[in-house]
Amino acid sequence: MPIRMILRCVPLAAAWILAPVFSGNVVAQIETGEISGRLSVEGRWFPKTGAHSGQRAHGSGIVAEPKLYVEDVRGRSFTLAPFFRFDAGDKRRTHVDLREACFLFFGEVRNQEWEVRLGVDRVFWGVTESRRLVNIVNQIDLVEHPYKEPTLGQPMVHLTLSGDWGAVEMFGMTGHRPRTFPGRSGRLRFPLIVDNERVSYESDAGRWHPDVAVRYSRSAGNMDVGISGFDGNSRDPLLLPDVDRKGLPVLLPQYERIRQVGLDAQLTSGSWLFKIEALGRAGARDRRGVEVEYVASTMGGEYTFYSVIGSAADLSLIGEWNYDGRGRNATNIFQNDLFLAARLAFNDVRSTEALGSMMDDFDTTTRVLTFELNRRISGRFSVRLEAIALLDVDPADLSYASRRDSFVELNLIYNH
Amino acid sequence: MGFTRLTARSRVSFPAHALCVFICIFLVTPAHSETATPEDIGLNIARDARAREEGFGNFTAQQAMVLRNRHGQESRRQLRVKVLEAQEDGDKSLFVFDEPRDVRGTALLVHAHRESADDQWLYLPALKRVKRISSSNRSGSFMGSEFAYEDMTAQAVEKFSYRYLRDEPCGDLTCSVTERLPTDKKSGYSRQVVWRDRDELRAWKVEYYDRKDAHLKTLTLENYEQHLDRYWRAGVMTMVNHLTGKSTVLTWTDYRFGTDLQARDFTKTGLKRVR
Repeated sequence: MPIRMILRCVPLAAAWILAPVFSGNVVAQIETGEISGRLSVEGRWFPKTGAHSGQRAHGSGIVAEPKLYVEDVRGRSFTLAPFFRFDAGDKRRTHVDLREACFLFFGEVRNQEWEVRLGVDRVFWGVTESRRLVNIVNQIDLVEHPYKEPTLGQPMVHLTLSGDWGAVEMFGMTGHRPRTFPGRSGRLRFPLIVDNERVSYESDAGRWHPDVAVRYSRSAGNMDVGISGFDGNSRDPLLLPDVDRKGLPVLLPQYERIRQVGLDAQLTSGSWLFKIEALGRAGARDRRGVEVEYVASTMGGEYTFYSVIGSAADLSLIGEWNYDGRGRNATNIFQNDLFLAARLAFNDVRSTEALGSMMDDFDTTTRVLTFELNRRISGRFSVRLEAIALLDVDPADLSYASRRDSFVELNLIYNH
Repeated sequence: MGFTRLTARSRVSFPAHALCVFICIFLVTPAHSETATPEDIGLNIARDARAREEGFGNFTAQQAMVLRNRHGQESRRQLRVKVLEAQEDGDKSLFVFDEPRDVRGTALLVHAHRESADDQWLYLPALKRVKRISSSNRSGSFMGSEFAYEDMTAQAVEKFSYRYLRDEPCGDLTCSVTERLPTDKKSGYSRQVVWRDRDELRAWKVEYYDRKDAHLKTLTLENYEQHLDRYWRAGVMTMVNHLTGKSTVLTWTDYRFGTDLQARDFTKTGLKRVR
């Protein structure tokens, strides 16, 4: 599928590149061109044997994220950023994606700024740290990380109009991306494998349904506010038990057509950041398969102590509460959870940074602890250590299936 | 004298300051009034220095930093700076990091304000996320260097009290030496002493004293060049930390004034366009 997406972009890219050729001044047109990117070697170790048959104890692999950027004299640009992951343990985790293949144009009309982004792109909405509640434009690349919600590229037309009054963004999207899921030998999965070959949609137009989104955002004084709306194929799948062609039980993803309104706001006051994200969603089915309208929210704050105990280090304490109006019928693990975290930024030459967090479920015994350490080891290389521990996972909890999947991960990253 | 050119402008922006914090503070007026107190002279120097910086419009430049520890080990920082002068409020500045490579494309947008705290947004290219961040970290290290945020950012003339100390030779020039005391409790300094030549009001040296009044750091400025026949900019700034033995050499190159930068390049939407 990413291949097909790449192919779809070829005519666009060709047209853009050929246009100046035909106008006879290609050299004058392209002002900046550069290639950057990252190459990461990763190893994940799961101390406990998997709860499901066929699961491996190790996951190791390589990630390549090259990025091409071309800009003409007027600032118009094209960005191409493919993503490649090879995983030795799980062939479903081995995947290719087009994170960005996007043309950018901008200008001014009657003192208002306009900007158009055309192609495959990624968009970030939101302010909180524990989850990406209102962020809906892009699908989650779940095999990359169980909690961080990295996203897949999404084909779109993205128009922005802005002025002193704020910014209005309009999105037209099609070519829905199904969420990625681990394979049989992968960890952090359900007992059954999700069959992404047989994705179904509530909408008759299927994955080609034209999704639309709009967002108004504004910074006023120490407040940053965004209000968003979305109508289209849900990014969250409903997983329905079925059998595959060999008669083995599998889960089939189904995407409803949903409507969502969202709010995200941050108040920045001295060393305090106060944050809230909230959404109301209609058209989605809950864990029982019943269609419900519901609200969900994430709210909390962050306080930073600068130059702690006479050192150069900054210590930030984060507290957030996640709520989902569907309660135990929620289709995610954030129905009523407290997130507490501490981030220690050493502000040293190597930009050493440590983050520890705890997600505690008020309704069940489940508790998730995470630890992450990032450090640069030279001008081009950096290292990252991560550990995630799932403790006392309640059988009623969605993460019960991955109760034995605590892991330690080490990454060596080359930055070009 | 030069005081008649004073305006209400009280804050130079982040980069403008990096360029000229030293210039702005220690203006020596050629003729001091007989009755003026050292405090009056010091304040007038600061105001005159600020006035001399006005009207540049916008500029872009490259910054290279070499960080050295006491064992002589080096690491490099490379960034691009864009500044837009604002008429009614503080300047707007954009810093784009090119090195180290792991933060390549990360950008910091600063809207300086005369009366209130600055607004700052950080763009994280891996997530394509724009994050509003606190601006209260005044005394923290800028990118692990010996420059603190408050050394890089502009400060309102009114946020210090001043005292003219003396005139003395500095190289081939004659410098006025002035002391300034920050009124901001978040500042890491109890006082700063600045040497500024009397001819062009360029700062040549700044001494920083910490809250215990220990001599913490010394900044020296070299390779001055004049731009647009008016604005003096130091090409090399060296900050030495006397307590740790570490130093940072900040080199400015590729100055361009009068570019096509506009307000739209300094918005959150514009921040997402940087590469």
